[in-house]
Amino acid sequence: MKDPKTRTIKVDALARVEGEGAMLVRVRNGTVSEVQLNIYEPPRFFEAFLRGRSFREAPDITSRICGICPIAYQMSACRAMEDALGVTVDGQLRALRRLIYCGEWIESHALHIYMLHAPDFLGYAGVVEMARDHREIVERALQLKKIGNDIIDVVGGRAVHPINLRIGGFYRVPSRAELRSLADRLEWARDAAHETVRWTAGFDFPDFESDYEFVAMRHPDEYPITDGRIVSDKGLDIAVRDFNTEFEELQVPHSTALHARVRGRGSYFCGPLARYNLNFDRLSPLARQAARDAGLGPTCRNPFQSIVVRSVELLYACEEALRLIYQYEVPDQPAVALEPRAAVGHGCTEAPRGILYHRYEVDADGTIVSAQIVPPTAQNQATVEDDLRRFVAARLDLPTEELTWRCEQAIRNYDPCISCATHFLDLRIEREDGP
Amino acid sequence: MTRPHTSGPSAVLVVGVGNLARGDDAAGLLVARRIRLREPRIEVVEVPNATDCLDALRRGERVIVVDAMRTGAPAGTVRRFDLQDEPLPASFSPGSTHALGLATAVELARALGTLPRRVVVYGIEGARFELGAAPSPEVLAAVDRVAEAVVAEWKSAAESEKAETCTS
Repeated sequence: MKDPKTRTIKVDALARVEGEGAMLVRVRNGTVSEVQLNIYEPPRFFEAFLRGRSFREAPDITSRICGICPIAYQMSACRAMEDALGVTVDGQLRALRRLIYCGEWIESHALHIYMLHAPDFLGYAGVVEMARDHREIVERALQLKKIGNDIIDVVGGRAVHPINLRIGGFYRVPSRAELRSLADRLEWARDAAHETVRWTAGFDFPDFESDYEFVAMRHPDEYPITDGRIVSDKGLDIAVRDFNTEFEELQVPHSTALHARVRGRGSYFCGPLARYNLNFDRLSPLARQAARDAGLGPTCRNPFQSIVVRSVELLYACEEALRLIYQYEVPDQPAVALEPRAAVGHGCTEAPRGILYHRYEVDADGTIVSAQIVPPTAQNQATVEDDLRRFVAARLDLPTEELTWRCEQAIRNYDPCISCATHFLDLRIEREDGP
Repeated sequence: MTRPHTSGPSAVLVVGVGNLARGDDAAGLLVARRIRLREPRIEVVEVPNATDCLDALRRGERVIVVDAMRTGAPAGTVRRFDLQDEPLPASFSPGSTHALGLATAVELARALGTLPRRVVVYGIEGARFELGAAPSPEVLAAVDRVAEAVVAEWKSAAESEKAETCTS
């Protein structure tokens, strides 16, 4: 405030994101001259690690990319390899995959809604400060997260980096009793998730909407998780194998994570908001009703309300997990048989943060020749930058401290999993004018 | 996290925190595994990040946590914090790749009233945290020293528990 001409505002570490990176906003002569999501972890070498390894290793190797969403990596890898080998996994094996994936949505969404994002809306520096005033709410979050982890533990063999998933199915399938042991707590979790929707619906949301292109999967009769086509609200409707025909990845100088865009159009938005907007009709009646009661229409274009949408998905995931548990019958075989062959395979699933695409080329004995992994946070990077540019431009009159706070909140709308895309985030706003 | 049946001091739990894929960040997990080999009666859990440490912190009267730290000290430096006497420095693991740092997890447990009566934290200074890196030799040497120290703490807790049982 001393010299109105030149100001640099710096936040050394943006807290409450999964991993770290840097964000620079430069304001010059009353306009936002530059916005960079600046990712300076060296490029991740997983795609190179995978070359020369057996196709069977892809799920376990790629799951190490993220401790928050390992199931997403395992499932996209499995789906891609099964596509290459011409194998279909259906029936109860498919249901078990959907169940474990619901577990990941529950733990990841509960963590982000309560521990990482809600403190922004309630004016707390973080979850510790929030817990001092709202102990019961934070306890609810921890219990919700735990039931998600427990689903992963029971189906996947352990809660993080589960070891029981394989291409073609599982090493061991759970008994009905093992799954039923989760049911009582999941009934509680469904109610707690419903309460979460009501709670987040009461937050204040800045007036902020944009003409995004929302991109998500769509399945003929389910809310999308493990498969479907890739669609957008601007007319895209493609099979997963056409990902690279319709999307392109770009290097930008300020980031080691690749940006992505729809060819010929530009940036796009994936994640809960996109899934919700493109699949509202596929939600359960209870989840749809909870969304309406929360004041959401079938379409929501305000990224700040993603916390409410994420809560609706949390509710849906609890209900869906219960449904899958109650209908479960132990399958005859834990996995379908596999024969390697030379082929290219594509897989895409809905990670908690959005679509996660894998592509592999394997040779006749099953050795991986090439691998491509496109995580959701990388796909959303350009949209995060667009949001910040417009958000800051409309709020240059705000004191810098508040503006910085709001920018962090805007970044967290996307629940960026920077461990997946990147690493180390710190936020800096440089102003050469204004308040 | 399955919990083995143990016959030592029932309320002591050892928690190793870390990530095997990130160089010296593996330190806490390596200590946990070393302790399991040396003294199978000790209840040991491995957690991948500090958020999951919260659960473990609810489960014992006395908890010993081992994690890598990055404070600028030489690699392999070991520090022991008794949280009864002092808070964990906020800078304990500034390079943490975890959603919540260990200091945050401990303070969250304190705010929720679930912090165990005694919490001791061993920090092992790491030098490299890159994906795919092997732990540095200094850290591997420290892993041995910390495993020994934790086993010794567990034994003295066992002794004092026995003494309490005899006098009561």
